[in-house]
Amino acid sequence: MLDSRIPEGPLAEKWNTHKDNIRLVNPANKRDIDIIVVGTGLAGSSAAASLAELGYNVKSLCFQDSPRRAHSIAAQGGINASKNYQNDGDSVYRLFYDTVKGGDYRSREANVHRLAEVSSNIIDQCVAQGVPFAREYGGLLDNRSFGGVQVSRTFYAKGQTGQQLLLGAYSALSRQISKGKVEMLNRHEMMEVVKVDGKARGIIARNLVTGEIERHSAHAVVLCTGGYGNAFYLSTNAMGSNVSAAWKAHKQGSFFANPCFTQIHPTCIPVSGHYQSKLTLMSESLRNDGRIWVPKSKDDVEAILNGSKLPTDLKEEERDYYLERRYPAFGNLVPRDVASRAAKERCDAGFGVNKTGHAVYLDFASAFVRYGKTEALTRGIQNPSDETIVELGREVIKSKYGNLFDMYKQITDDNPYETPMMIYPAVHYTMGGLWVDYNLMTTVPGLFAAGEANFSDHGANRLGASALMQGLADGYFVLPYTIGDYLADDIRTGKISTETQEFDAAEKKVKDEIQALISNNGDTPVDDFHRRLGLIMWEKCGMARNEKDLKQAIAEIQELRKEFHSNVLVPGSENAFNPELEKATRLADFLELGEAMCLDALTRAESCGGHFREESQTPDGEALRDDENYTFVSAWEYTGTPSEAKLHKEDLIYDNIELKQRSYK
Amino acid sequence: MNITLKVWRQKGPNQVGAMETHKMTEVSGDMSFLEMMDVLNGNLIREGKEPFAFDHDCREGICGSCSMFINGEAHGPGRNVTTCQLHMRSFKDGETIHVEPWRSAAFPVIKDLSVDRSSFDRIIQAGGYVSVNTSGETIDANAIPIPKHDADQAFDAATCIGCGACVATCKNSSAMLFVSAKVSQLSLLPQGKPESKQRVIRMVDQMDLEGFGNCTNTGACEVECPKGISITNIARMNRAFLSSNLTSK
Amino acid sequence: MALTGLFLCLFLVGHLLGNLQLFVGGEEGRVAFNNYAQFMTTNPLVKVLSYLTYAGVLFHIVDGFVLTIQNRKARPVKYVVEKGNLNSSWASRNMAVLGTILLVFLVSHMQSFWYVMHFGEIEIIDGVKDLHSVTMDFFNPAINNLAAVMTGLYVFAMLSMSFHLNHGFQSAFQTMGVNHPKYTPVINFVGKAFSILIPAGFASLPIYLFIIQS
Repeated sequence: MLDSRIPEGPLAEKWNTHKDNIRLVNPANKRDIDIIVVGTGLAGSSAAASLAELGYNVKSLCFQDSPRRAHSIAAQGGINASKNYQNDGDSVYRLFYDTVKGGDYRSREANVHRLAEVSSNIIDQCVAQGVPFAREYGGLLDNRSFGGVQVSRTFYAKGQTGQQLLLGAYSALSRQISKGKVEMLNRHEMMEVVKVDGKARGIIARNLVTGEIERHSAHAVVLCTGGYGNAFYLSTNAMGSNVSAAWKAHKQGSFFANPCFTQIHPTCIPVSGHYQSKLTLMSESLRNDGRIWVPKSKDDVEAILNGSKLPTDLKEEERDYYLERRYPAFGNLVPRDVASRAAKERCDAGFGVNKTGHAVYLDFASAFVRYGKTEALTRGIQNPSDETIVELGREVIKSKYGNLFDMYKQITDDNPYETPMMIYPAVHYTMGGLWVDYNLMTTVPGLFAAGEANFSDHGANRLGASALMQGLADGYFVLPYTIGDYLADDIRTGKISTETQEFDAAEKKVKDEIQALISNNGDTPVDDFHRRLGLIMWEKCGMARNEKDLKQAIAEIQELRKEFHSNVLVPGSENAFNPELEKATRLADFLELGEAMCLDALTRAESCGGHFREESQTPDGEALRDDENYTFVSAWEYTGTPSEAKLHKEDLIYDNIELKQRSYK
Repeated sequence: MNITLKVWRQKGPNQVGAMETHKMTEVSGDMSFLEMMDVLNGNLIREGKEPFAFDHDCREGICGSCSMFINGEAHGPGRNVTTCQLHMRSFKDGETIHVEPWRSAAFPVIKDLSVDRSSFDRIIQAGGYVSVNTSGETIDANAIPIPKHDADQAFDAATCIGCGACVATCKNSSAMLFVSAKVSQLSLLPQGKPESKQRVIRMVDQMDLEGFGNCTNTGACEVECPKGISITNIARMNRAFLSSNLTSK
Repeated sequence: MALTGLFLCLFLVGHLLGNLQLFVGGEEGRVAFNNYAQFMTTNPLVKVLSYLTYAGVLFHIVDGFVLTIQNRKARPVKYVVEKGNLNSSWASRNMAVLGTILLVFLVSHMQSFWYVMHFGEIEIIDGVKDLHSVTMDFFNPAINNLAAVMTGLYVFAMLSMSFHLNHGFQSAFQTMGVNHPKYTPVINFVGKAFSILIPAGFASLPIYLFIIQS
């Protein structure tokens, strides 16, 4: 049933063999073929630009006011590539291996290997586009190390790598727009996929400025619509990030894979009040120098909360550096999922250090001293005082993380140079997404998914600096090849008409759904429902999950969805710029997705990567994978009710890697 | 704390707008300015009124969506922050806060506080790129060493988030800081040099076509820019523009 | 604006140097000044320069008007609250106002002296037009009832010029693309000095002439 269409042959040759044998569309015929690309993040911009360069007619949509604002822009840390510029033993195989292992052996070998193969090209491409990566004094590119790997393969542009890469892709896109090869539709949201004879042949979109419902036809549709972390309401995603395009595709027949695989990032600024609208990430790189701790005694927690003690008053022996205690081998640098769960464990045990009880300290005091001493030596300062050492150390930290420290101060009004940062895990990335085959096509012919919107490369947990790599790999180097294999059949199809029954029906459905929301006589704003959904998801389908909670969550979400549709209040008109209506249509889909996530989490009764089932753990509380029963991708087929979706299993076959239980002890 | 808000209300692009007054109570200093606006909008919706439309997305100061002219300044008081990173503790209890949209002929108001900044996109489309295909088969990334100083300067210019605060704050609605940041970034890097002459002319021409005003070097843009982009870039662009014009055929 | 502005700065220097001869008293001063005025109105090289200056002034004014109109059109709806003082200097935001004051001054100034010199009734001594006496009389309260007012207005105009130059001088370099971490501070310093010294030099004359004659 599920054909992942992985090419034959040895792993390292699959991609090249595939490229050699794939069907192509000749340049003259490409001019007669239309492609719609939804979303303009790294995957969307790069795909639209590349497809247009090849000669296809591309229509590109984004809901933001400019393609440059897609949420890829917020990625901080960097992008991986197996360039081995540092000569530290990196290779395509090692990047492949690290990614599969980091994903806790739940990703597809062939896809990950292809990703590792093209990673080098990404860097060449971006440099050629004028992306200002960090450089060393000799003028060559600089690298840094990132969570959980043993080589330095991360390219970066200070703490704004995502911004620089996206602006690179945006410039490539802009170039094609100026040539008329891409028609760019800003402030347009995809509302429905239109299928003709079982193939994706277009979309219904809403012009967000005028409210007009528009029909767009094409020979293929590519969804690069990002992740769905906002199902949790509070996440590090942008306010507008949503699942709607992917979810509509799912309801039209695309299988949704591993929806419960959510990455919860350990170092975010904690929630400070119920009005909070989003959470802010503090880059993983901080864990290179910061030490994470909570007080050893609850009396000290109490004292800190009532203000009678400051965190800096606690002596070394009164602090519990719990990551160093539990995972002596990796210490503060354990992978994201492990660090997040450990923080939750301490806070659940009552050691949280802020008024909500959901915060731990990230302390740089020892880094100040460590760097300060080295700095004093290099500057030739004899017998420096403790104050001088700390002062010098602060300068070093400032040069490394200054912008993050400033951001922290701006948001919390605390000075992290004086007092430890408070952090807590937050939803950050979703590894799950639309199921795609090796060509990145979903189970609906002609409907493709790239970037975070698909599921294929990160398994159950994504490594740091790999999201940018995947988005650009899909858009620049994979999709432009693989889409031709499908479109080769369409060279004689001719223009797809939008004046057909299928478009009529799809448009009517969209209009009815909007009408139902806007004419609903409810009394509760959209955000109230979203907050409640978020709370259910976070508490019952968050960092730790169990059967009872998940079942309860499904019931609660169903109830909430019913209440939403009967009681939501959407002000304004559907024929105008109406941000509340946008939120409502997106939330309607999150309310269905949430249920599907819980179902998926319920079905996968093992712990793997970001998915931790309390029933599946070792005696000392570590995640326990069950390879015998769960080495597969859960691909869900929509049947009408999210929690009654039909499960299809794609067995994961590891020919090149031996499955091992991860240990960071 | 309690505050009084005077917020611009405008139904559509060609309509006449006016300030509308709202009182807010129990505003927490830890709220971001946009979260305060969320609360206001929630209250309005519950009262059966229409909320204020405003652009926002990432809420961490990088996407460049948010765009409010607060108390006479782009992105409000405070330096190097966007509206989403501005917190209510920057205001005093009892203060009256004026909130207006970016105002420029080249940024027509869509509704309330939301404006159309697609003129910026068109300027980039006029030449804000390196004409290289995305084949990946270019030369190796390390084939051309770039002095760290140049790379750093290019990066500083490239951090522009395209929010439009420079235009909003300039008394002439000039877009020179935005345009010069992109021109600088690409002209400082060897990859951008081959096209630098045409690029600067085409981008400047498009800027003029969009109806932005002229730069009179007040320096306000550099002060209000949330990313601290320097007007050195404007001088660099002026220089490039002059020499390109003088030497073009 | 930048090129013409800087060119006019050169003119200001020349004009001021000539004017400073008014500090020389007695017959000797009168002859020297009148000969200087004669030279300035008849020498062919100076003629060329003066036409260049007229053109420069004209271009500076027209360009200024066009830019101001364009800039106003670029923001059709004004802000209700705008606090430019928090991000820019007053002079930089009011160059058009300052320029207009200078234009009014220029017209009045040329009418009082340039017009009289070229087309007015003016005494001729030893074959040379006596501009010196015209100037002395203009600021002499015993002869000109409005001498005090004129002195005040001249000082005010020079104050405007000072602000105008204060922004204009260094702005011209920025417009021409001269901005360098090493040299810009020097340019800014010279600009500040220029914007104070030149107008101060000009303003000192009416004050001096008024005081010694009252």
